[in-house]
Amino acid sequence: LSTYFSVINFKKDLLDQTGCIRTHIFCCKQSSLLSQCARIWLLCCVFSLSKDFILISEFSEQVGPQPLLTIPNDPKVCGTFDLNYFSLRIMSVDYQASFVGHPPGSNYPKLNFVEDSKVVLGDSKEGAFAYVHHLTLYDLEARGFVRPFCMAYISADEKKIMHQFQELSSEFSKASEFLKSGNRKAFANELEKKLKDLEYTRSVLHKETELQKKNNGCYSTQAIEKANELANVEKSIYEHKDLLRQITSYPSRKKKDVDFVQRETEKLADTSVLDDTLNSNHSDIADKTVETESDSRKSSYTPQLIKAKSAKCFDKRLKTMEELCDANFFHQTLEQLNITEKSFRGDLCFIYTSQIDGALLGKQRVTSFLFEAEREWEKEGTSKNFNIFSHNPTVPILNLSGELLSLESYTTCIDIDHIKPGVESMEGPPESSLSDITQETSEAADTETKGSFSSDKSIEAFGGVSPSSLQANYFDGLERKSKVSIASPSESASSYVAVPQKMTDGNLVPMDAACCIGQDGFIFEEPLPELAQECCGDTVVNQEPLSLLQGDPALQVDYILEESALAESPNMGLTFSELNTGVLSEEVAKINIEYVSDSTSFMSASTSSDRAVSPFTYGSALTLKQKKKAGHSALRFIRQYPFAQQAIFCLLSGRTLVILGVDEGTVRKLVNALFFFVPNLGKYGETVQPWLSSPFQLTDLQRWKLIGLQRAASPAGSSILHSLNRYSRYISILDCDSKTLRCPPYKGTLISHLADHRTQIKRGSTYFLHVQGMLTQLTAKAFLYTFCHHIHLPMDINDQGSVTSRRTNFLLQLGYTVEESKIVQYLSELIKQHYIQGSSMGGNQSFCFNYTTSYLYKI
Amino acid sequence: MLRWILGGREAQGTVEKSAALFIGEEQPKNCFTEMQVLKGHFDIVRFLVQVDDLSAGDQHLSVCVFQTGDSLIELRGHTQQITAMISYTFIRGGNAHTALITASSDRTLSLWDPDSGNRVQNISDLQSPVKCLLVLVRLDVWLSGGNELCVWNRDFELQCKTVHHSDAGISAMVELPKNFIAAAMDKEIVIFKLNLSGSDIVVMAMRHLADHQDTIHSLIHINDGLFASGSHIGELIIWDSVDWTIQAYEHILWEEPARDGQSEFKLNHQKQIERSIQHMSSDGEYIVAAVGSGLYVYNVLMKSVVAYRRIAHDSNVLHTVLQRLMSCSEDGSVRMWELQDLPLPAEPASSGFFGMFGTFGRSSKQTGPPAKKIPEVPGLRSLELIGDLIGHSGAVQMFLSFKEKGLVTCSTDHLLIIWKDGEFQSQLRSLAVFQKLEENQEL
Repeated sequence: LSTYFSVINFKKDLLDQTGCIRTHIFCCKQSSLLSQCARIWLLCCVFSLSKDFILISEFSEQVGPQPLLTIPNDPKVCGTFDLNYFSLRIMSVDYQASFVGHPPGSNYPKLNFVEDSKVVLGDSKEGAFAYVHHLTLYDLEARGFVRPFCMAYISADEKKIMHQFQELSSEFSKASEFLKSGNRKAFANELEKKLKDLEYTRSVLHKETELQKKNNGCYSTQAIEKANELANVEKSIYEHKDLLRQITSYPSRKKKDVDFVQRETEKLADTSVLDDTLNSNHSDIADKTVETESDSRKSSYTPQLIKAKSAKCFDKRLKTMEELCDANFFHQTLEQLNITEKSFRGDLCFIYTSQIDGALLGKQRVTSFLFEAEREWEKEGTSKNFNIFSHNPTVPILNLSGELLSLESYTTCIDIDHIKPGVESMEGPPESSLSDITQETSEAADTETKGSFSSDKSIEAFGGVSPSSLQANYFDGLERKSKVSIASPSESASSYVAVPQKMTDGNLVPMDAACCIGQDGFIFEEPLPELAQECCGDTVVNQEPLSLLQGDPALQVDYILEESALAESPNMGLTFSELNTGVLSEEVAKINIEYVSDSTSFMSASTSSDRAVSPFTYGSALTLKQKKKAGHSALRFIRQYPFAQQAIFCLLSGRTLVILGVDEGTVRKLVNALFFFVPNLGKYGETVQPWLSSPFQLTDLQRWKLIGLQRAASPAGSSILHSLNRYSRYISILDCDSKTLRCPPYKGTLISHLADHRTQIKRGSTYFLHVQGMLTQLTAKAFLYTFCHHIHLPMDINDQGSVTSRRTNFLLQLGYTVEESKIVQYLSELIKQHYIQGSSMGGNQSFCFNYTTSYLYKI
Repeated sequence: MLRWILGGREAQGTVEKSAALFIGEEQPKNCFTEMQVLKGHFDIVRFLVQVDDLSAGDQHLSVCVFQTGDSLIELRGHTQQITAMISYTFIRGGNAHTALITASSDRTLSLWDPDSGNRVQNISDLQSPVKCLLVLVRLDVWLSGGNELCVWNRDFELQCKTVHHSDAGISAMVELPKNFIAAAMDKEIVIFKLNLSGSDIVVMAMRHLADHQDTIHSLIHINDGLFASGSHIGELIIWDSVDWTIQAYEHILWEEPARDGQSEFKLNHQKQIERSIQHMSSDGEYIVAAVGSGLYVYNVLMKSVVAYRRIAHDSNVLHTVLQRLMSCSEDGSVRMWELQDLPLPAEPASSGFFGMFGTFGRSSKQTGPPAKKIPEVPGLRSLELIGDLIGHSGAVQMFLSFKEKGLVTCSTDHLLIIWKDGEFQSQLRSLAVFQKLEENQEL
């Protein structure tokens, strides 16, 4: 372990050296370093549970609790873990939270659009802890129309579950919302079919009744029987219609039903509508089915006669989950859960750091395309789901007129809704969208209270202790085991259920004031420097950085700074043109903060996983891993070639670097060593052409900023040389055979810090992080340069000259040489193009260049 | 033997010139630091016409209309190469519409709506392909010149036409005052008159000016009182627009004529190509002429040469512009020039190949060594190369300046390139950024 420590300390030094930790906006590098460190805390699980997984189980009315599937869907995942036993546990916690029944004073069944319940469950026997998300799906054939399901995130690390409760809850809510909206659609369809069946049955019965009346008189037994049957069918139709109305009026209905009533489950069976369906001797009716089939008006579904009594509970085949929810929705759910599982991999510290990292990156959307690569799992999840879940969670469609939507429009709305997320936002005010996510972020108290109500019961049922004492025990436990957090904390109960604290407005809502004292994770009033120190101080091994929701330092700091800035000059935004350059840096900082905090407020309005949403998503093709590996080649290149700085200067200033050589391997190696210096590399590294054996065109220079080019003696080779010669003013040529570089000169210190051939850095990945840190700093400067009003806006129409000089002076004041200014200007142009177009790729881009003399550098 | 010596000398001269013209990569006066390549054509791009946006004519079949870098509309319809193109603005329903008239070797004339890309009008089965087009805004008619001169109204109805001319046909036309038209036909300039009586238009040839000794390649309007023509052998004639008299006659002889009979044929052939006046442009006071691979700047008012450069490009100059003196050439480059005052001892050797005969009438070709005469010309300035634009891989056919928006060049390599002032564009982008910030209320 000691070697690890030394690595960490070294990195810490590195951090201080680069100073990037102090830049308050772009300190994501710090966290990316920390996320490196985080890998060190690899959880050594002593229990049967080797890896976290997601379990979906159902409380089947036929066989009781049963596991349905796990994510990842790999038997190795759960190992010896007893899924059946655990299903029983988690399903027994709170499956009765929702139900359908006759409410008092009502004659027909009523659907309750209940909230999902979210609890944490610990099980000392299996050594497993779970976030359990209960939900109910509607099934016309099920008892009480409901099928209780639950999704559980199971981990051996209870601290992770407790601390990531909010995130887990929001992720699972998304999945649940998919399931439920799919289910509502399917349920509505099912109801509609059933109604058609019933109506058809009614018409058949009606004929029969008339027939009986005619044949046997009005009061014959058969006639009365038939009339009763008919009445039953009528009632059933009425009830089903009402159900349909209820399900289609979901959003408004849901709002009214916030204070739903809890009833015991036993009653459900008695009041089930199924019992009220007609009792008919349908064998003879069935014969008539063929004749009357032509009567069916709608072609899509052929109505059938309804059997009098539904099949025995244990005989009938229950619908699978996929059938219950529309297949599309089901697969979306699985996808969502897969993403969730991926995003919660690793231990708490790793999650925290990557969350912070991601959040910080998310705030840099304006610039992050330049040098940042997004984590693999993140963009899959966020970019895909963002549209759907950004602010208005799915389904809720509230017709403003208050009229109920017809079924057709309802089902189609769901579809449209799903494809076009914009639709719903027009439909009603945000308050009316009442899914779990908004509830959590806005009026979370309700949901949570509900959750805790049911949990209380469970606690009493299982543990037999009061919730508050449990809480106290829990936190005591946490406090005591500050180093090893794997041991089960609750000594008083073999298993327990606890509801993690809810945070509102950045403050804790303490269950018990004493509980929170000493909880490191909850202290977030501290100012930033201390936080920063805390993060990379000696305690770094013992403590995870603060989680995003518990108190993201950057978010906090931004907020505070913004307030102070506003206090100083309330109408800041309007006064930029009056600024003089003397107070430049201060004001500039404010602009930055304001800008960033704006995006922060946007961020915080949405769910936590909305971070890093950018129209330009980064690549699975070029991963962070590859870049880190390339760090090694880069390090070697810098040590080997004295003109490495010039080469890097070319790349950073947007001048295409052509690496010319006979041997493909050598050229590719050099390309690999240099590619991460290319700004705006692109998702798949589109701006790099590692090996080209044909002459390049002018348009290629526009596309590629780093080209590996074959030197050949063939006629093609000579035309390659011709193109090199022709476009020599736009390119720099690194000849790896003669080891020369022809490029414009570079003067300055920036790149010598970036690429010092005497560097002490030994490892490639360390060097990569060092480069990333410096590039981030550079990006910050480019950001500053781009978004400073007063240097870009002309005083009057004919003010082109003064803008130019103001720009030049600004960069000189930042301490950049003429060449370094070119780098910043180039980055700035990229930022502008990216901001204006929403993407820096695609479209027909202009291609900038300079008329400067090139020199030949030799080894 | 002598031929070899001559050839050798010439080659050496070229090398010297090229060396002198090599400007290098340091070009502080060259503001075009940004380029945008427009793809869309699949053949040589011959013409550029400014509509509202920009459009370019392909050698074949199609015309693309571009706007800020994207090929907007492809106008397809011609089956052979496009020979002439002109924009035509007319008033319809109170609004000014700009349309595009194209002429093609397939003997059709088409009117295109550049907004929709529709071929609004089409005339086929012309007797001869049209080589040039001229719009007379004043009369709201337009003219097409081929083997005959046709006058059309805005509805594409033929108003009148002249009788069949020689096979050479009309290669260029300029509008003269009082409804006169000057048309270049091979070696002659024919003056036509448009007679308007009511709605009828009658065109008739008024006079034939046969002062050029070789084919006229270029015919331009200088100002209200003057127009100019340039011929294949370097004759530049300034004409009076009203009475069609010669105001000035220049015979540009880049090369000292070979006196050696043995080598005459070959050298003459070479020289004639080099002296051909391919293109001229004027700002009313000066004329710049593309003469072979050289440039020639002439002051019309002073009737004197201002500056010249025998070898301005490695190959024939195809197009020039005077406002910001530029030239483009078959060698694939665009060069920017600046008129600089000569240091008092006039530039020596190079002037030796220049012949100037500032007299009326046809001059004999040899009136002594012209080298001696040059320093005597007062106010002679030099053309200094201040920058070049390299990007095309084929001959640059034409360029069109859009003021601060940039310069568009078209080439045989099927590309168009917009050259922009990088600094200006950067400032524009900054403004756009702040505008968008404001719109998104992120400011």
